[in-house]
Amino acid sequence: MNSPIKRIAVACLAMFALLMVNVNYLQAVRAEELSSDAKDRRNFFERYAVQRGRITAGGKVILAQSKETNDPNFKFVREYPEGKLYAHVTGFFSPESADAIEASKNKLLDGSSTDLLLRRSIDLFTGEPTRGANVDLTIDPRAQEAAHEALGKSGKRGALVALNPKTGAILAMVSLPTYEPAELSGTDKGKVFTRYDQLAKDKGQPLLNRTIRQTYAPGSTFKVVTAAAFLEDDDSRGPTTTVEAPQRLPLPGTTISLPNYGGAACGAGQVPLVFALEKSCNTPFGDIGIKLGYDKMREQTEKFGMGLDLEVPMTVEKSDFGKEEDKAALAMSAIGQRSVRMTPLQMAMIAAGIANDGTVMKPYLVNKITDSKGDSIEEAEPDELTEAVSPETAAKLREMMVSVVNNGTANLAQIPGVQVGGKTGTAETSDGKPPHAWFISFAPANDPKIAVAVIVESGAARVGAEATGGGTAAPIAKQVMEAVLR
Amino acid sequence: MTDVTDSPVPMPAKRRVAQLGMLAFAVGIVMFAYANVGLAVDGQVPAGMLTYGLGLGGLMLVAYLVLARFAPWADPLILPLVTLINGLGLVMIYRLSVAKSDLPSATLASPTSQLMWTFFGIALFTVTLVFLRDHRALQRLTYTAGAAGLLLLVSPLIPFLGQEINGARIWIGIPGLGQLQPAEFAKLALVVFFAGYLVAKRDVLALAGRRLLFIDLPRARDLGPILITWGISLGVLVLQKDLGSSLLMFGTFIAMLYIATQRTSWVLIGILLFVGGAILAGMVFNHVQERFEVYLNPEDPELFFKVGGSGQLMEGLFALGNGGILGTGLGQGHPELIPLAFSDFIFPATGEELGLTGLMALLMVYALLVERGLRTSLAARDPFSKLLAGGLSFLLAWQLFIIVGGVTNLIPLTGLVTPFMSQGGSALLANWILIALLVRTSDAARQPPPQAIQNEGMTQVFQR
Repeated sequence: MNSPIKRIAVACLAMFALLMVNVNYLQAVRAEELSSDAKDRRNFFERYAVQRGRITAGGKVILAQSKETNDPNFKFVREYPEGKLYAHVTGFFSPESADAIEASKNKLLDGSSTDLLLRRSIDLFTGEPTRGANVDLTIDPRAQEAAHEALGKSGKRGALVALNPKTGAILAMVSLPTYEPAELSGTDKGKVFTRYDQLAKDKGQPLLNRTIRQTYAPGSTFKVVTAAAFLEDDDSRGPTTTVEAPQRLPLPGTTISLPNYGGAACGAGQVPLVFALEKSCNTPFGDIGIKLGYDKMREQTEKFGMGLDLEVPMTVEKSDFGKEEDKAALAMSAIGQRSVRMTPLQMAMIAAGIANDGTVMKPYLVNKITDSKGDSIEEAEPDELTEAVSPETAAKLREMMVSVVNNGTANLAQIPGVQVGGKTGTAETSDGKPPHAWFISFAPANDPKIAVAVIVESGAARVGAEATGGGTAAPIAKQVMEAVLR
Repeated sequence: MTDVTDSPVPMPAKRRVAQLGMLAFAVGIVMFAYANVGLAVDGQVPAGMLTYGLGLGGLMLVAYLVLARFAPWADPLILPLVTLINGLGLVMIYRLSVAKSDLPSATLASPTSQLMWTFFGIALFTVTLVFLRDHRALQRLTYTAGAAGLLLLVSPLIPFLGQEINGARIWIGIPGLGQLQPAEFAKLALVVFFAGYLVAKRDVLALAGRRLLFIDLPRARDLGPILITWGISLGVLVLQKDLGSSLLMFGTFIAMLYIATQRTSWVLIGILLFVGGAILAGMVFNHVQERFEVYLNPEDPELFFKVGGSGQLMEGLFALGNGGILGTGLGQGHPELIPLAFSDFIFPATGEELGLTGLMALLMVYALLVERGLRTSLAARDPFSKLLAGGLSFLLAWQLFIIVGGVTNLIPLTGLVTPFMSQGGSALLANWILIALLVRTSDAARQPPPQAIQNEGMTQVFQR
């Protein structure tokens, strides 16, 4: 009987070998995949096991912090003392996901980043629990509050971005409507998910950060880019260069023609460039666009940073000039209609680039990251993104944009004692709603400290003598600039 | 002059001191693990540590003394190996009970009752050793054992006595004592029956028949026993919805049939019958089909969230994934998240906290135990002992394969206890008896054969 027993022994060993191989496969090969499965409740507990770092603005205002609880499964819960005001900046920290800074800087906030290896090793020896790093943002609370209040008063959906033109630091980032981050950050999964579903289905899209994740037709604000391309094309051109300004611009290859806003005339048919920008005439810029051609126009938009991959650290939707079509389409694109699509951040970068002698700085939101003991992990270093125009062209554009505020459509953006440069815009929407009101600006013109882009969705009155971006959007930008300059 | 007892095969030694050392080592590991849990969970050595340590140590000392007195030649490794597994099971159950959670895996884990059953288990072990001085006596009880096994197996079906828990009707209620799982004892009785029966019939089963291709086919009328076992297994499956026991019993019978007859054809017939039965069961019973779907697509979200779906299997796999190579450390994971972590799923629960390293060691200990059992079978001198030891060892290995393979998704999941680790009195008692039988057989096998009595005086050896 011994030989079958030996074979049974071999079979038993084979069974053990199979079990061992399988356990190796699960715990060594598939361990990472299995342990990161969202269905695993450990990941849910772990999210609340570590004291996450604080998120602050301007080094002092606390936007998000973790508070200790008595619940053994959820040791720390997230608090957002400023509530809705910074929702799109901080994001939320829900049982299974996170958004904005809470997501982009998650590994630093929860202490798992390799950048914190040294800190963790020290803590291990001193017996201190792991704590996440603190993230300080570039947001200027004064600008953020002013923006939220002013935009909120309009009662409309909209977005506002303010930049420091010299560094690219984001000073304000407001998108309305917004939400309460604490409601999406609780430990009660059912409650959080129900609320999330409600918000996700809301027509106003409160979860959408319009400043970086939504693109709009820029309308007349884009004329600044067309003007930039025009000036760059020939150094001898300037604000006083005469441009064609017919009442209607015939669009080549079609039977239709491009009118000015409200069908009005633009001077006497031939006007200085600065006058065309002040009055936001359509025909001169349509004409310039056709004459420069698609390639030069597109090149200029790219020089302002359009189409580049941007992370602030949240990923920014790409702005785009649109595909090459016929000349009629090009004329429409040159005045910011047709297929041009811009994020509010991109518009703010254009204003900032002009303010900063033609250099567009890379926008960023994180100022400084320090570990739990205050030692610096990472500090923002301003970085040039592109050279949009020459310093000379930038000076000419600034002069004209100041004139737009002082003598043109944007008089509501004037700040006593400060030279403000700006450009209004009214972007037609295709679905028959009132057009969007745009405004981009910078101040002070001689030593720019802030550049702003604001859009009020469907914020422009349908009829009006004043170009409408100036009516609704300009005062909002003015309040934000004042808050910072004061 | 040479020593007449000198033989070319080295005789087994008693190795009693080594056994005591290893036993102390096993108890030491268990106590270390126990302290580990307390330190991780509360920051201090558990209050009951001394009682537990002295209790387990004392129990093992008694078992050792009984073994040394009544089965001195027994394999020295068997008892320490079982002690280590039983102790680690106790630690895991204790660890689950101190989890700060109100999940059933934490609230239903009861280390005190498990310790009590361990005590009774070891008591039964010693009683068996003391009173069963020759395991061959069991051969005379072949048919009694068969009848008892069958009766135990069907007892849960008896109205008023049987109880259905978690969808399987495998329990009987004993007033004042709680529930008992008779199948655990039935498997022992059936192995005894199979061994006795096959010793009697092996010649007929092994020799008669004709050859077809490479296989010796048995005669049709000799198919009786295998068909009856198959039928009973299916009956267990159908009436009690107990996939695990059904598979366990049938597989063990086939293995023993193979040991007795040395004919591969029986194994092939067994596999064919099993596959047929499985397909049949899959067609007729939803729960068999569901198990198979879960086996193929455990990660399907729909199955995951379905009641009775892949949820518990995946929870076990998550635990293993979180454990990784080194484990979270005892008391530092979340094994209480696995449903039934104290019984069917104690293996992945252990894997989370002790990691791949711990599970490999644990599987190694089980493998050693099984191989010591099979060595006993090899060394045994009579067919009944060979079959008994071989059958019991295979039963252990097969049971472990079914449940561990099931919870690690190697094979479809069928409920069975993990021997010596899962919480539950019946299994612990039955398995300690199983070990007593192995020890008894091993003692007989390793004993030096009685010396021939030489009446003619010393043999003269002449040197040339």
